[in-house]
Amino acid sequence: MSTVAKRGGRSGHAGILAACLVYVGLLLVLPLIGIVWTALKPGFHIVTDTLSAPDVQHALLLTVQIAVITVAVTTFFGVIVAWVLVRQRFHGRSFLNALVDLPFALSPVTVGLACFVLFAPGGWLAPFFDARGIRINFALPSMVLVTIFICIPFTIREVVPVLEEIGVDEEDASRTLGASVWHTFRKVSLPNIRWAIAYGVALSTARSIGEIGAVLIVSGLIQGRTETATLYIFRATEERQTPQAYVVALLLAAISIVLLLAIEMFHRRQERAMSSA
Amino acid sequence: MTMSGAAQSIEGRGGFLGIPHRTAAALRHLALRGTAVVYLSLLVALPVAAVLTKGFGDGLDSFESAMARPGAWAAIRLTLWTSTIAAGINAVMGTMLAWVLVRYRFPARRLLSTIVDLPLAIPTLVTGLMILALYGPNSPIGRFFDDLGIRIVFTPIAIVIALCTVSLPLVVRSVQPVLQELDPAEEEAAATLGAGPRTTFRRIVFPAIRSAVVAGTLLTFSRSLGEIGSVILVSGNRTGKTLTAPVFIFQLTSQFRASEAAAVATLLFAISFVLVLVTTRILRTSGART
Repeated sequence: MSTVAKRGGRSGHAGILAACLVYVGLLLVLPLIGIVWTALKPGFHIVTDTLSAPDVQHALLLTVQIAVITVAVTTFFGVIVAWVLVRQRFHGRSFLNALVDLPFALSPVTVGLACFVLFAPGGWLAPFFDARGIRINFALPSMVLVTIFICIPFTIREVVPVLEEIGVDEEDASRTLGASVWHTFRKVSLPNIRWAIAYGVALSTARSIGEIGAVLIVSGLIQGRTETATLYIFRATEERQTPQAYVVALLLAAISIVLLLAIEMFHRRQERAMSSA
Repeated sequence: MTMSGAAQSIEGRGGFLGIPHRTAAALRHLALRGTAVVYLSLLVALPVAAVLTKGFGDGLDSFESAMARPGAWAAIRLTLWTSTIAAGINAVMGTMLAWVLVRYRFPARRLLSTIVDLPLAIPTLVTGLMILALYGPNSPIGRFFDDLGIRIVFTPIAIVIALCTVSLPLVVRSVQPVLQELDPAEEEAAATLGAGPRTTFRRIVFPAIRSAVVAGTLLTFSRSLGEIGSVILVSGNRTGKTLTAPVFIFQLTSQFRASEAAAVATLLFAISFVLVLVTTRILRTSGART
């Protein structure tokens, strides 16, 4: 590889590298420095003040709740869907496969709107839940539902290729030796797909913490009730409480960077596990 | 495709109404399949069907009344052209970044690779806030451009910057694996035979990565069409000027005009869907010719 780099004109290569570094610098590095600087400019007390404010704590708690439920649901059902897609052949399988990718093609706003329409007065599911007095829109259930919708593909798209790669030989051997289905899954299949699942969990967590477009629509933006961390940043910016907005944004950015490092580690583990298999 | 054979053999042994000791396996298969189908139908298919029906259930009425609102067409046009520019920029820069990450060895290459992935993890709203902090009127860079008479924040420039940032990883991560598979020996052979770097790229490298570049660019475009989090804070949302289609849909919904919002949302979805179909067709036919 290095021979190619040496043979081609050195200045041309340096130019391409420089263009890339400038582009990434302008789009990501400088803005990241900008947000740290703006958040901490008023002094460190702004961080403790903001993070101890009741509405900020409530918003962060709500974000954590939504993320935990979303990740639990999408991981559990994601593994089942991936399993069915890889190990079973049936009519409508390709349709099911297409449904998995649909959330990638839809705007988060459309996702929020879809949930809103389903449960709004006159919506298909409204009679059922209204009769039982269960609030979906402008409350936690709708916010969880839209976040699940958006995170559905992550775990499935990570686990499917690994299941395809490992094949059924080990599973068949385990079953032939008399192990139960559940035992086979736990001792044979799960160890093979664990890094793919971990990758999906980290990606879904990052995505659900950062979700804004869909919850903007279904939450109803009720301060202190349905305000997530991102919705808090949105309101604080609109209300010109800029320092507070930047502090919470900085916190979310820090969390997402940690998650990204975890994602990259899981990815490397996965590749190592695959190549050694 | 060897997998399908293996799966079939399991399926065959289970059977639908097979011998008694296989019935349990068949039931288990059906239960898992049923869970998967119900999960995806309830959570994905049903909401999407609801939006389509809401928007076009009464024919074109909702769509026409939505498009009669001031700034409606302007919003769609703005979203289309800013997404096109962002997709174009990232097609070029994303390919270059993938090239640099695969073929160059330099200090901080791993760091660059991690930074390129940042938009996958950072909340889009935080990206918007980052742009405000860096290019806003209170920052040195914003003031510098202001003095030149160029306004960045609250103009389409900020929208394009936001779209480029959030979709940065898409082309890179689409092209990178293909480049990794490509044997540098072919490029070296071309260079040995006297081809310049440009000819080598055009004749050897580009044909190999073309599909990946197109796929990544399409993904970027379709992602940009629906983007709201990074745009809503930096665009200013002025009707007819800097109001994008997703923000327009959001505004319609908060005014409880759900059917109009659904009509616009369906239009956006249709545009990206048709585009994906057309491009896969083009790629397939051009692939068949070579």
